[in-house]
Amino acid sequence: MAEIIVDSKAFQGAVKSISKKIFNDNHNISDFAVIGIQRKGVFLAKRIISEIANLAGVKESKILFGTLDITLHRDDLDNFESDMPIIKDTDIPFDLSRKNIILIDDVLYTGRTVRAALDVLTDFGRPKSIRLAVLVDRGFRELPIEAKYVGVKYESKKFIKVDCKEADGEDKVFIS
Amino acid sequence: MSLNCKDLLGLEHLDKKDLQTILDSVKPFKDLFTRSVKKAPTLIGKTVVTLFYEPSTRTRNSFEIAAKRLSADVVNVTVGTSSVVKGESLIDTGKTLEAMKADYIIIRHSLAGSPDILARNLNASIINAGDGFHEHPTQGLLDLYTMYEKKKRFEGLKVLLVGDIIHSRVAKSNIWALTKMGAEVAVSGPPTLIPEDIKDLGVKVYYDLDEAVKNADVVNILRIQLERQQENLFPSVHEYVELYQLTKERLGLAKPGVLIMHPGPMNRSIEISSDVADSKNAVINEQVTNGIAVRMAVLYLLKKRKNASSN
Repeated sequence: MAEIIVDSKAFQGAVKSISKKIFNDNHNISDFAVIGIQRKGVFLAKRIISEIANLAGVKESKILFGTLDITLHRDDLDNFESDMPIIKDTDIPFDLSRKNIILIDDVLYTGRTVRAALDVLTDFGRPKSIRLAVLVDRGFRELPIEAKYVGVKYESKKFIKVDCKEADGEDKVFIS
Repeated sequence: MSLNCKDLLGLEHLDKKDLQTILDSVKPFKDLFTRSVKKAPTLIGKTVVTLFYEPSTRTRNSFEIAAKRLSADVVNVTVGTSSVVKGESLIDTGKTLEAMKADYIIIRHSLAGSPDILARNLNASIINAGDGFHEHPTQGLLDLYTMYEKKKRFEGLKVLLVGDIIHSRVAKSNIWALTKMGAEVAVSGPPTLIPEDIKDLGVKVYYDLDEAVKNADVVNILRIQLERQQENLFPSVHEYVELYQLTKERLGLAKPGVLIMHPGPMNRSIEISSDVADSKNAVINEQVTNGIAVRMAVLYLLKKRKNASSN
């Protein structure tokens, strides 16, 4: 049986509160950009953009948005036992130099995904800053990486899965 | 997403799903080309050896660029200056390269089946870069990718191959892969350069090029090797040009959006007229760009996994 950690209401509340905090730190929306890590981070990034657009009273399209896939920069490709991962789109359709980047992922655990994502970002240019926002921080970091914006803290070595309405029909975080 | 094999020897033995897997993997690599840093660390610390027993600049360079964009180290073995001229056998050369810890060996050889011999004797991943008249799988894949990118489908796509079919490994790889993907393949050329049993592969034969181009969505023109004329396989270059050069006039018979492809190097004014090669229908340079991305995808998909290391 799946053990639910965050239900749909708390999920949406967490997205709202992350968005609010990001907006409070970044009132000038013209110099920041939101980039989602494939795949669930992309859905969360879109929602956060929509919340921030609301708070700022602008159209969503005014906020710079990108997607990022870390596959080619992973540090564990040599240890893969089965299929090579499918590479999804990295699409950053703007110059990220001198931008404040908010990087979005669903779960923060070892920090290795974020390490790879930072490498991808620096291949595109030299942002002014990069901050990390995650829905769930499950602890047990293996690298010196922390999130500035965290929806829920839930320390666990068990595999935590995030379902989103866009992909799974329902918002929830659970141990499978 | 993977190929369930350690080598890429040909397209004949890949099924539709494998072909689709490779084609679906290409775009992320092509996307890299538009960044300021065109490189990813995916194959860092891996060694790629190119072992070419036949002259080639384009294919070898394309593999070298592909491997370097994935951060692999590349060693080019030039056969004219290596132990091969001292009589070392193919397997021994391969074993020597493996003892130097080559992870990939990319081989071109005039004898069909040479890559297969290496693959059976070595743990390294072997990629066939052209073997005799047999296959040239990465050229076939880049041709398919270019067609798919432009035409968005294979089902019912009418592809015409023109020229020396019998000696062309590019034609063989195209035919194996295209027919599996559901395209309708036709060939056109002098009867002496078209194998009799080609129809068994589900390919239509036209000896009249004017007739053949009318229906085509894609025309893939093969290079005429001028030495074939000395073998009396066609009477004269002049006659070949008259009957089988793709000219502006012949292009006029085809559909307006027809794609013109050529694997290179081109003999301008022989198999293709210059105005056709430079026309807006031609995607010849895009084939070259796509070739790098396709070869990166192949290197990526053949990357050794833990449980495959004993293969």
